[in-house]
Amino acid sequence: MKEKTTDKKGSILSPFKAVNYLFKKPRTLRYPFEPKEPALRYRGFHLNDWNKCTGCGNCADICPNEAITMVEIPDIETKPGEKNERPKLDYGRCCFCGLCVDICPPASLRLSRDYFHIHFDTNTFTFFPKDEKTDKEHFLGSEQYSILKASLSHRKEGYEGFTSDLEYSLFEPQRVSMPEVPPEERKLSFIEQVIGYSKKEAEKEASRCLECKLCEQACPAHLKISDYIKAIYEGRPGESLKKIFEDNPIPAICGRVCMKYCESACSLSMRGEALAVRWLKRFVADSIKDYKTALELKLTEPTGKRVAVIGAGPSGLSVAYFLTLKGHKVVVFDSLPGGGGMMRVGPPIYRLPIEAIDKDVNHIASLGVEFRFNTTVGKDVLFENILKEYDAIYLSIGTTVSRSTKVKNIDKAHLALPFLKANKIAEPVKVGKEVIVIGGGNVAMDVAREALRLQYLQYPNEEVVTKTVSLEDWGQLPATEDEIEEAKAEGIQFNPAWGPKQVEVEDGKIKGLLCIKVKSVFDEKGQFNPTFYEQQQMFMEGDMIIEAIGQAPDFAFIPKELFEKMEFTPQRKVKVDENGMTSIPRVFAGGDIVNLNLDAVTAIADAKTSAEGIHKMLCKK
Amino acid sequence: MSVTNTKKAGSTRQLELYFGPQHLGMVGNFSITLKVEGDRILEATANPGYLHRGFEKLMEYRTWIQNFPLVCRINVVEPDHIEMIYAMAVEKLAQIEVPERAHFVRSIYLELARVGSHLFGLWAYANMLGFDTVAQWAMYHRDLILDLFEELTGGRVYHIYIWPGGVRRDFPTGFKEKVVNTLHSIGGCVPDYDATFFNNRLFYERAKEIGKLTLQQAKQWGATGQTLRAAGMPYDIRKVEPYAAYDKVEWNVPVREDSDAYSRVWVIRDEMIESVHMIFKLLDAMPEGPVYNRIPNPFKWKIPKGEAYVRCESSRGELGLYLVSDGGDKPYRVHFRTPSYPNGLIILEKLLENASIADVGNIMISLYTVAPEIDR
Repeated sequence: MKEKTTDKKGSILSPFKAVNYLFKKPRTLRYPFEPKEPALRYRGFHLNDWNKCTGCGNCADICPNEAITMVEIPDIETKPGEKNERPKLDYGRCCFCGLCVDICPPASLRLSRDYFHIHFDTNTFTFFPKDEKTDKEHFLGSEQYSILKASLSHRKEGYEGFTSDLEYSLFEPQRVSMPEVPPEERKLSFIEQVIGYSKKEAEKEASRCLECKLCEQACPAHLKISDYIKAIYEGRPGESLKKIFEDNPIPAICGRVCMKYCESACSLSMRGEALAVRWLKRFVADSIKDYKTALELKLTEPTGKRVAVIGAGPSGLSVAYFLTLKGHKVVVFDSLPGGGGMMRVGPPIYRLPIEAIDKDVNHIASLGVEFRFNTTVGKDVLFENILKEYDAIYLSIGTTVSRSTKVKNIDKAHLALPFLKANKIAEPVKVGKEVIVIGGGNVAMDVAREALRLQYLQYPNEEVVTKTVSLEDWGQLPATEDEIEEAKAEGIQFNPAWGPKQVEVEDGKIKGLLCIKVKSVFDEKGQFNPTFYEQQQMFMEGDMIIEAIGQAPDFAFIPKELFEKMEFTPQRKVKVDENGMTSIPRVFAGGDIVNLNLDAVTAIADAKTSAEGIHKMLCKK
Repeated sequence: MSVTNTKKAGSTRQLELYFGPQHLGMVGNFSITLKVEGDRILEATANPGYLHRGFEKLMEYRTWIQNFPLVCRINVVEPDHIEMIYAMAVEKLAQIEVPERAHFVRSIYLELARVGSHLFGLWAYANMLGFDTVAQWAMYHRDLILDLFEELTGGRVYHIYIWPGGVRRDFPTGFKEKVVNTLHSIGGCVPDYDATFFNNRLFYERAKEIGKLTLQQAKQWGATGQTLRAAGMPYDIRKVEPYAAYDKVEWNVPVREDSDAYSRVWVIRDEMIESVHMIFKLLDAMPEGPVYNRIPNPFKWKIPKGEAYVRCESSRGELGLYLVSDGGDKPYRVHFRTPSYPNGLIILEKLLENASIADVGNIMISLYTVAPEIDR
């Protein structure tokens, strides 16, 4: 395209062509009579939906100009996994790049199409962004809005500009999928369902963490989740294990069966999948063969004090660990042949294998904790003697007695706990071909799924079925969503919102269960008080019934005169003070007999409190 | 213009003049010290430093993603190519793939930026020569391009649009048609531009044979872009080392041979027209699909140890970036090679020797010097 430039000298008159433009309409917009409408993606002033904002502070962390500070707002009521902090913008610093929008996990922070603010007071340039939902005063409809008054306190409603788009977000909304044994295969055996992350998968999953630490507040035991996830990401599982052990000495157990409050609070779960915190903890516990060398624990000088722990469940194990680290001699009593308590007998092998439990228990034993298994307190050793011999007692006995519906002929049915216990640590129960499980909680799911596996093992090539019946309807079922989905995938049938009326028996054998339709489960006060439509009945066929409707504690080992001193809360839980001590001096308690959550991680949280309390008490003397 | 250092009385006395930073003929915060005798310049010294903001150092203290809103501010006139090379360098170091469609979106976006930047350049040049009408037209048409950017990216001047892994958002609905319409309406005014400016005898007389250099000199002094192409060398990184989607469509490199201010400005004009044609071809050839491969979590993003040099053809010539990572979450060292640096410091000083005082602005702007690029 080479051209000789000398040819184009041009005429001196040619510019007069521009005279034409004198007769054309001017292009200049006559602001404010003709204001220019900003583009739909305009990056103007911020909007923030305070109801959606969790105070995670990711916007403040990513801001390259430090224009965002998180400020505590005392008026905001927070749920677990939320902070009462909200971003404050400084428009002297903001460059309107929108990184804050692209990192915002709940998509509460957006940019609007407003960009006018004129004020004599420079302090007005720092402000808390809100939106029309949370600030009706400053966001005005088109009738009240005037562009002449436009400012940060006079803004147009419904004027959203640059918003978050999950496809372009700076965080990864999808988790690294956990390899699992498919339902068709796993229901035929007791093989562990979850295979576990490889090192590469774990590091990739750990890299999703935004380090906002909402999870740490939601966790009952307040594990340093963000730190241990970061250590996994950096390829240092040993460091990660150390961080976990600061608050949780049973990671192999918790890494499999934790109720994962952290994951429900996870920022990423707002619009995507939560970080797989539980599986990452499991990865750390499994990838380190020997805890002791990895942890490099330093035990303090023995204090000579002796503490008895009754029950070797998560709470008992944890309290034993924490107190041993402080130099106290701990002896743990348990009637079972091994440690783990309810974890040993409850969760089926496909969820929590015995080896994982023993790994945690053996490590705690190796620190010098004395375990007396097969020892029932109140029978083999008396509670009053323990109280005399030891400086403190920690009760972590759990709820060991299965409740019954007490309907007619229910004596022919099985109870959940003996059923699970027999399958896990003794001989598997002979199941029927058509099993009915009463209950809709996690234990019921375990029972049903275990029954199904036993059916496939005991009746190969025959038609078998397991169904559950529960008072609660879909959406109210107390079992976790994961459990329900997994049970459904394996072929468990659900009959929600039906209540058992009576067991039908013929020739001493179970024929089925007569059910009535549930009207409501809870009364107006929120108390458990089921009502039924007596006319609507359903007969469910079955040759075996297992009740899984909850458990209760057994305090029979405590002598009557002592037990009378023990106070209980209105929810029938053992009352403890801020140190974890019951109303009987020197007797502390924790776990399912104290808290309402009834899970392992809350039991660990109780153990942490009580360990501190016991230590304080023992040091005072 | 201030007068210092009086040596001799009379017309042959030597004066030292400060041209800029506050001078009507100066564009940007830049200054030149001239040693003159009468109207003739004996020696010129370029004085950068008025715009030094320390970007390269600042970038060492910001994470990989936090540098995106920063880099574009190196060049106000055309932030987009700076975004592009930073993204290219990061992609090279972190081995991030870019989806096919994103390459096209990037090319279209960069060509729009080139047209916008050239219109700005035309404004500066025409304004300096006194062609106020043409300057106003150019400014208006640049605004139309900025409207397109606002539509696409949400920002008018600093777009922060190209990211490692692609671009930040796909085209909004109806954007393609808007681009075509806008470019047609600007293209419709080319005859008017030609009549009033490019084919204007006054422009010819003012610019012809001004700021002339040989091809040999241009190469020796590190000229790229229009300066080199106006000296007869069809050198364009988009052809030499194609990036984005520049190898996917046919296009030409406009070249002229006289190597003076006149031919440099004509190259700018031809390039705009070529860019518009290229945008039309790219819009037609653009495939469907994603425009963004997600980058890792910005709070944990570490880039493997290594170094990269990438370059692209900005509207003023070769724009290069040398980026070093020590394996951390921030750059270890950043260095930009900007086309205005040789143009505004080396070539300008040489060309001003023996030139007339009246031509200082003419020569400087015809070299397309943008002060913030020199200083950074």
